[in-house]
Amino acid sequence: MRLLILFAIIAAILLVIRKIVPKGKTIALYAVLIIVALIMLLPFYMMFIMSTHTTSEIFHFPPYMTFGKSLIENFKSMNEQVNFMRSFANSCIVTFSYVVLVLLFCSIGGYAFAVYDFPGRSALFAILLGTMMIPATAGVIPWYIMMSKFHWIDKFWALIIPNCANAFGIYWMRQYCKNNVPVALVEAARIDGCAESLIFFRVVAPILKPAYAALGIMNFVNVWNDFMQPMMVLKSPKMQTLPLLLKSMVGDRGTDYGAMMLASTCAVLPILIAFLSASQYFMSGLTAGAVKE
Amino acid sequence: MRKELKKYRVAYMYIAPFFILFAIFGLFPIVYGFYLSFFRWDGMTAMHFIGLENYINIFKDVLFWRALRNTLVIGIIAHIPILLGGLALAFILNSKMVKGQNIFKTIYFMPMVTSAVAISIVFQQMFGNNYGVINYFNVLLGGDKINWLGGDGSLIKWAVIVMFAWKWIGWNMVIYLAGMQGISNDIYEAAQIDGASQTQVMFRICIPLLKPIIIFTVIQSTIGMFNLFTEPFILTNQNWNGGTNNGGLTLMMYLLNKAPQGGTLYGYASAIAYIITMFIVLISVAVNKGTTDKSDPDYIAQQDMKRMRKERRRAERQKGAAKV
Repeated sequence: MRLLILFAIIAAILLVIRKIVPKGKTIALYAVLIIVALIMLLPFYMMFIMSTHTTSEIFHFPPYMTFGKSLIENFKSMNEQVNFMRSFANSCIVTFSYVVLVLLFCSIGGYAFAVYDFPGRSALFAILLGTMMIPATAGVIPWYIMMSKFHWIDKFWALIIPNCANAFGIYWMRQYCKNNVPVALVEAARIDGCAESLIFFRVVAPILKPAYAALGIMNFVNVWNDFMQPMMVLKSPKMQTLPLLLKSMVGDRGTDYGAMMLASTCAVLPILIAFLSASQYFMSGLTAGAVKE
Repeated sequence: MRKELKKYRVAYMYIAPFFILFAIFGLFPIVYGFYLSFFRWDGMTAMHFIGLENYINIFKDVLFWRALRNTLVIGIIAHIPILLGGLALAFILNSKMVKGQNIFKTIYFMPMVTSAVAISIVFQQMFGNNYGVINYFNVLLGGDKINWLGGDGSLIKWAVIVMFAWKWIGWNMVIYLAGMQGISNDIYEAAQIDGASQTQVMFRICIPLLKPIIIFTVIQSTIGMFNLFTEPFILTNQNWNGGTNNGGLTLMMYLLNKAPQGGTLYGYASAIAYIITMFIVLISVAVNKGTTDKSDPDYIAQQDMKRMRKERRRAERQKGAAKV
């Protein structure tokens, strides 16, 4: 509650500044933006801090707000408890194979819907749009039963295959193809004697690079961070993806919190670095579908 | 006809993966889930048809109502900071009075790319009773230590709300900002010439023009709300009952706890899944219908188009019938 009061006081001060000081308005706006930014960054900062402290230091009050000295110790402890590299590799295998398949199937599907005027196109496209309206939640139990009947429990297939040609990706690729692939180009390739099935790969795919980047990033982030589906199908420790590894480190008595925080940091850091180095691509990729290009 | 099909063989081949995979992994589970929701089945022995008993039992279950209430409370309260905060931040960044737009955007968006499990683990420590950084700030300000995750369990929801809002605010902000930048500069200038204040610009221009985008984000985060599972699950130390007094029990957790994670009540769990689906569909439709403005010229034009198309089709059909 006191925190809320503090925010109210800050807001009041900002309003006053805005009225009194010349250029006060700009200062007030910057203050709001910076305060929100600090709140956003706090959990990340705490994660880094805690990964350099021992468990007993983490439980100290008041909490340490600066880096500690136990990073190497935590690292050793983490490697004794879990096989981080194995999980990292698992996450990479699942994510990369899924993303590659998504990009392939969605781009050829979207291209076919955009360029070819085949019989039944509008009806099939309407069906495709309709499937996007049904929440996937409805089939979650039969999905699990199917995975066990297919003997896909503890196999990566269960995470890669079922959703790799998804309706949203095809719809999105179709919009992109419609706006960016000139029909004349396809026809020119046809006249030059390019086989029908190769036109896409030889001529069209290179144009789709920006679309591949956006769709790829969106699916990459979602699958890399997915927790519920892997939790249902990947049971044995050596098949764990990173979120499952983190889950397995929590909960037991005698958890080494320092090591756990370090594992969280290691799991988050690669994707965070990728995000920070190409944030514009990530943001346009992850908000694709909401914003018309 | 056969020639046509042969000509377009490539096109059919290209769209085939989606339709095949959807039939197997999308359509079949959804239909089978509906069928299963009328049976009692433990996953091993024979299935028993029990009609609507699963649904009746769910509505009689106190835990279901608690899970539903928790989910709605978390979702509805969290939407206030997400919507208002997202709009306000987007408006500030769009107002051209501040620089460093990209830096702020990037920082606000960071939660969206990080794993929910890792973040939940960090928040669990931050909300810690005797050592957490949030209670530390509270004590600094002269308050008491608050037992967020323990106690009588009523504060777990607030912890989840904080996390939910923290995660989604940046995503909404980036979408709104893109929408605002899509609005033509002429409109802003016209408003300025007419002497509109910033507040008027926000409420009279930005929000009405962004309405379709706002509706989209609300529907997206509503779906996110009904699928909410990871955050409360980790925050409550992987307790399938949602912590003390079921304070953090959500619908998705309730579902997974019946099958396949906790129990083997596959029919019962399917029925829950269908109830959740109904909620998602109902809310999406209600948000769409409730926000349709009947006097909006775009809406009227759309309706006219639809009517004209219908009439044209009817005329064509009659013409066809006359020929025969």
